[in-house]
Amino acid sequence: MAQGVWTIAEQRDGAIRKITYEIVSEGRRLADALGQELTVILLGSNIKDKAAELGQYGADKVLVCDDPKLEPYTTDAYVSVISGLVKAGDPAILLVGASVEGKDLSSRLAARLDVGMAQDCTAFAVEDGNLVATRPIYAGKAYARVSFENSFPQMAAARPKVMEMNEPDASKSAEVIDADFSLDDGDLKTKVLEVLKDESGKVDLTEADKIVSGGRGMKGPENYKILEDLADLIGASIGASRSAVDAGWRPHTDQVGQTGKVVSPNLYVACGISGAIQHLAGMSTSKVIVAINKDEDAPIFQKADYGVVGDLFDVVPALTEEVKKYL
Amino acid sequence: MNIIVCLKQVPDTESQIKIGPDGASIMTDDVKWVMNPYDEYGVEEALRLKEKHGGEVTVVGLGPKRVTESIRTALAMGADKGILVSDEALDGSDALGTAKAIAAAIKDLEADIIFTGQRGVDDDQGLVGAAIAELLNIPQLSLIVKVEVAEDGKTVKVDRPIEGETLVIESSLPALITAQKGLNEPRYASLPGIMKAKKKPLAEKSLGDLGLDAAEFGVGARKLKILELIPPPSRKAGIIVPGDTPQDKAAALAKLLHDEAKVL
Ligand SMILES: Cc1cc2nc3c(=O)[nH]c(=O)nc-3n(C[C@H](O)[C@H](O)[C@H](O)COP(=O)(O)OP(=O)(O)OC[C@H]3O[C@@H](n4cnc5c(N)ncnc54)[C@H](O)[C@@H]3O)c2cc1C
Ligand SMILES: Nc1ncnc2c1ncn2[C@@H]1O[C@H](COP(=O)(O)O)[C@@H](O)[C@H]1O
Repeated sequence: MAQGVWTIAEQRDGAIRKITYEIVSEGRRLADALGQELTVILLGSNIKDKAAELGQYGADKVLVCDDPKLEPYTTDAYVSVISGLVKAGDPAILLVGASVEGKDLSSRLAARLDVGMAQDCTAFAVEDGNLVATRPIYAGKAYARVSFENSFPQMAAARPKVMEMNEPDASKSAEVIDADFSLDDGDLKTKVLEVLKDESGKVDLTEADKIVSGGRGMKGPENYKILEDLADLIGASIGASRSAVDAGWRPHTDQVGQTGKVVSPNLYVACGISGAIQHLAGMSTSKVIVAINKDEDAPIFQKADYGVVGDLFDVVPALTEEVKKYL
Repeated sequence: MNIIVCLKQVPDTESQIKIGPDGASIMTDDVKWVMNPYDEYGVEEALRLKEKHGGEVTVVGLGPKRVTESIRTALAMGADKGILVSDEALDGSDALGTAKAIAAAIKDLEADIIFTGQRGVDDDQGLVGAAIAELLNIPQLSLIVKVEVAEDGKTVKVDRPIEGETLVIESSLPALITAQKGLNEPRYASLPGIMKAKKKPLAEKSLGDLGLDAAEFGVGARKLKILELIPPPSRKAGIIVPGDTPQDKAAALAKLLHDEAKVL
């Protein structure tokens, strides 16, 4: 019978990504609920020395696949290797991060394993020994609780920044195992030609701890300077509504919402954004929401923990001054 | 080039979503159905590739008869033919079931490129594209914002933004591409386009026509089971930050963010 919880680690250029710690932490909780072991799969090149520390977040074992062909990530190589490991190891639960890479990997892996898959989940539980996942649907207008029917492993991906991360316990370390795998070059049909680094130097919105977002109320691209001043001070990334993106004021990668990024920062500050349903879809799992808008009837105030009715061109610079007192 | 675009019909993003009496599905009475927004990018990109390289664009939709309208919309934008996969036995299929039926409908069409949306804005799963690619044993390129097909039509180069960087990826063809916002600006159907669309071929296929066994589809065959739908967790009511001047309000807000919310 399928046994144990497995999670797939995500690394880039040899550095473990934060989403990995989030799903290892969540995997630990599920493994405890089942009274079973937590195994992490780690793929990459020259990556083995990063394996043991995953024990600090709760991993019992780390299965390492170290191979130059596994750096950088490609769908075909990773799915080929991981599907082999999963078939051999037969875990009960397989947990992935719903990052860009994790979504790509998990969607194909689920198809290869011919199992059900719950994408972009915000909560997990073990009920009667089975995984129950909760996930927003219709852009968060409803949530679905889902389980798996004759489908092992029970496979799910966790929305970034939603799962609580365990305090690392430096006294713990995981058992590191060299996994038995083979990778046939002939299987690989895609190749990464180039990696274009984002110039802004800002944390991606999906991983940002704080976001300051501007909409049509910003009136023009040049005015984002006042948001950047605030953002730089508090360590936030800049987001935008679709109106601002479609007006050409901000790049597509900044768009938050149903056809943009889904974000869950600790702090989301919406400036000059009315709060259209499609925008709310992208940010309603934020922990603290602030809205600054001159229209007191703007729908964004219904979702905001703290609303400021006022002209953003006065309020935002004043806020930038005020937060300095607390830094 | 032979290009296929998969097209899902979804509730308009403005729609209110009400949970039905069974607690596991939504009420569809007042829903306005539209083409999944991400599929519009797929249709547009397919048309642009056709304009540049020549060829044919086929749109495929799976679902009840009403999906015909979205297929006609794509035909009016300029696609050449449509396929509607429709069978009562498909109702309630999960991503794997949907992908199996779509793959069966397109496997003999010798596609060079297949487009799907990066996700349907209904279930927000984003699984069907990868599953089709798996069943057809071709590479998938997901969340793509730029597509360049080589002159010889044998390879494709795509831009794939990930957190903090953009990967430029080359793949052999055929391949499946999932469309992300930023790929293009979809065109509107023109009036002559709408007139022409009425005469374009639109084939309807049942599971039987595709040689598939109805028992493998529908709610009964789901591997991902919906236990229940629940309303979104309610956020605790917020406050309007008090103050007479913008400065007062800003000061009060900063204090709240520090003392109460503890995010500063
Ligand atoms: C299929 C589909 C998908 C969509 N996807 C998305 C998406 O992913 N993300 C998204 O954001 N939208 C999306 N939209 C668009 C969405 O419906 C709204 O049109 C959009 O979010 C509005 O952007 P906005 O709030 O910036 O602009 P508006 O609605 O015009 O609001 C501007 C706000 O700024 C305020 N304001 C103006 N001046 C000031 C000032 N000086 N000080 C303070 N406040 C001021 C106004 O009171 C107003 O509330 C989508 C729409 C569709 C149909
Ligand atoms: N019923 C369907 N008919 C046609 N295409 C579909 C269907 N379901 C999903 N797709 C395609 O797969 C993409 C992702 O959908 P999903 O996996 O349901 O989120 C959609 O944007 C479509 O391109």
